[in-house]
Amino acid sequence: MTTPEIAVTTTNISTTPERELLMPPRSFKDVLRSGVRWESGLVILFLASLVYGWSVTSYFLNMETLFFAGLNFGEIAIMALPMTLIIITGEIDLSVASMLGLSASTLGYLFMHGWNIWAAMAICLMVGILGGALNGFLVTRLGLPSIAVTIGTLTLYRGIALIVLGSNTAVGFPAWTQNLSSPIGNTHIAYDFALFVVLALVFGVVLHMTALGRSIYAIGLQPETAFFSGIRVKRIKFSLYVVSGFLCAFAGILYTFQQASSASDTGVGLELNVVAIALFGGVSIFGGRGTIFGVVVSVAIFASLQSSLTAINISGQAQSIVTGCLLLLSVLVPNAIESMSRLWPRIRSRRPSMEVS
Amino acid sequence: MATTTAGSTFVTKILRFRELAIVVAIVLVFALTYLKNSSFASTASIQQMLSGPSIIIMLAVGETLVIVTRNVDLSVGSVLGLSAYLVGDLFVHYPHMPVAVALLVGLLIGLVCGVVNGAIVAYARVPALVVTLGMLYIIRGIDAIVVNGVQIQPSQIPQSFVNLGSGSLIGIPYLFWIAAVAVAIVGYVMRTFRPARDLYAIGSNPEAAILAGVRVPRRVFSAFAISGALAGLGGALWLAEFATVASTAGSGYELNVVAAVVVGGVAIFGGSGTILGAALGALLLNTIDQALVASRVSSFWNQAVAGILLLVAIAFDRYVSLRAEKILRVEGAHRDNA
Repeated sequence: MTTPEIAVTTTNISTTPERELLMPPRSFKDVLRSGVRWESGLVILFLASLVYGWSVTSYFLNMETLFFAGLNFGEIAIMALPMTLIIITGEIDLSVASMLGLSASTLGYLFMHGWNIWAAMAICLMVGILGGALNGFLVTRLGLPSIAVTIGTLTLYRGIALIVLGSNTAVGFPAWTQNLSSPIGNTHIAYDFALFVVLALVFGVVLHMTALGRSIYAIGLQPETAFFSGIRVKRIKFSLYVVSGFLCAFAGILYTFQQASSASDTGVGLELNVVAIALFGGVSIFGGRGTIFGVVVSVAIFASLQSSLTAINISGQAQSIVTGCLLLLSVLVPNAIESMSRLWPRIRSRRPSMEVS
Repeated sequence: MATTTAGSTFVTKILRFRELAIVVAIVLVFALTYLKNSSFASTASIQQMLSGPSIIIMLAVGETLVIVTRNVDLSVGSVLGLSAYLVGDLFVHYPHMPVAVALLVGLLIGLVCGVVNGAIVAYARVPALVVTLGMLYIIRGIDAIVVNGVQIQPSQIPQSFVNLGSGSLIGIPYLFWIAAVAVAIVGYVMRTFRPARDLYAIGSNPEAAILAGVRVPRRVFSAFAISGALAGLGGALWLAEFATVASTAGSGYELNVVAAVVVGGVAIFGGSGTILGAALGALLLNTIDQALVASRVSSFWNQAVAGILLLVAIAFDRYVSLRAEKILRVEGAHRDNA
C-alpha cells in the first residue's frame, strides 16, 4: 500500500532530471500530477470564494472585512502551522486547543494573583513547552500512538485549566494588551494575522528549503528508512511537539488579550478546526505529503468563506456544513483524479484492440 | 501447534486480565469513595452510576466496531445530536407516537448517517478520520439549520418516553438495560460469528485480510453503519434522559467516546479489544466523575483525572502488548530450536 505513495512523493521531491530517469515516458497520470496539484485547485477555489464574497456583499473586499477575517482566524491559523509539520511526520496533535486554553487560564490566574504581565506570559510559554514535551515524550520515548496520547492530554490540559482558573473569568489586563485587537498602526492588518504570515514564511522555509524539512517528509513516508538513513526520527518528532506546545501557548496569550478576558473553556473544540484546515490544505493524514503554501491558502479560503457567509446571515454552526463538504472534497477529488488517471490508459489501449476484433 | 495454542491462550488471558483490570479499578474507586462518603452506595447514587454512562456505552459499542477495523468514527456526537432533535421534533408533531417507534426512528436516522460514512470510507477508499471529521461538521450544520434556534422543551415530550429515561426495572435503570442488551448482543456476535471476526482480521492486517478473502469494503461499511445506528439510538435515549435538546446536544462527545473505548483496552490502531472492555471503560470514566463529586473534590478535577487515567491506560496497554510480543517471540525461538 505504501510503495506507490513513496513513488508519488519522491517525484515531487526529486529534481526533474532524476525523475525523467526513473519514470517511464510521461503518461496522462504524470501530466495530471505536474499540472493539477491540490494546491493549484486551492488557489482557484480561493479566487472563486473571493468572487463569491464580492458578489454577495460589495463591502467584502474592503479593508475592515479583511481585518476581521484575519482577527477571527489568527489563532487557528497559527496552530495549524506546527500541526502541518506534525501530520507530515505521520503523527497528530489533538491537544492544541486545550493547550491554548491552559495557557489562557494560566495567564489569567497569574495576572489575577498580582503577577507582572510579562512574567506571567513567560510562565505561560514555559507551560506550553512543558505540555508539548510531555506529548513528545509519550509519543517518542514510550512509543504510544499519538492520536490516543493527545486525546489524553487534550482532556488533561483542559482539566488543569479548570483546576487553575475554575469557573472564574480573568479580566482587567493592562491597557496596552488591548491594542492587539486593533490593527497595526494605520494599516488594516491584525496583529495575529501578521504574526501568522511571518510564522508561515519561517515554517515554509524550514519545511521546503532545509535538510530538516526533507527529514520531516522522509519520516512521514517511511519512519524506518528515515531512521536507517541517519535521521533522528524521535528527536525531530519530539521537537515538533515542543514547538506546537509553545506556539499554542503563544496563541493562547494572543487570544486572551484580544478577548480581554480568559476562562478555562477558552478555545474548546478548536482542535478539530485546526486539523480540518491542515487536511484541507492538502496535508495527507498518513504523513509524507503536504505544503505550507497549501495550508496558507486553506486558511485564506476558510477565512474568506466565513466572512461572506456571515455577511449573508448564515450562522456559524450552519457554516460548518461548508467546512465539512470542503474536507470531504479534499479527499474525494484527488482520489477521483487518481482513479481517472488509472482508468484512462486502459480505456485508450483497449480501443484499438476492439477495432481489430 | 502446541505453541500456537499456548500463545493464543496467553493472549486471551491478557485480554481477560485487561477487562479484569478495569473491573478492579471500578471496584477500587467505588470502595475508596464509599469509605469517604457512605451515601455513595445509596440506591439513587448507584442508579445514577448506571444510567449516567449508558448513552456513552451505546456509542462506545459502535465505535469499537469501527476502531477494531483500524478506522475511527468522529461523527458520533453530531449523529447523536441530530437524532435527538429529530425524534424530539417528531414528538412535537405526533405526541402519541409509541416509544418503540421513537427509538426506531432514532436508530434509522443514525443508520442513514452511518451508511453515508461507511459508503465513503469503504468504497471511495479515503481515510476515515478525514471523512468522519467532515461528516461531524456537516451533520452538526444540518442540525443547526433544522433546530434554527427552537429547542425541544420537556413539556413537549410525552411522559411515557421520559419514563424510559428516568424509570427502572428491578432497581436498574431502563437506560442501562438497553445499553447492557446492546453490549451483550454485539459482544456475543463479535466473539462468535465470522463476519464479526473479519473486523479483527481487517484491523490487524488489512492486506492479509484481503488476501484471505475477507470482503474488506463490505465489512468496514457494516461497521460504520452499525456505529451510526447505535449513535442514532443513543440520540433517542438522550432525548428520553434529558427531555430537552438544543443544537449543541452531544457536541464534543466523539472524543469522550474514543477515550472510553481506549481506556477499555481497544487498540487505537485496530485488531484487538472487546465490546465489554469498551463498555467498562465508559463505566469507569463515569464512576470516577461521580466519585470525585461524592468525595467533595471540586468538580474542576474531573477532567484532569480522566486525562491522567487515559494516559495510564494507553501506557499500560503498550506495556502489556510489548510483553506479550516478547513472550511469543521467545516461544517461537524455542520452537525453532527444537
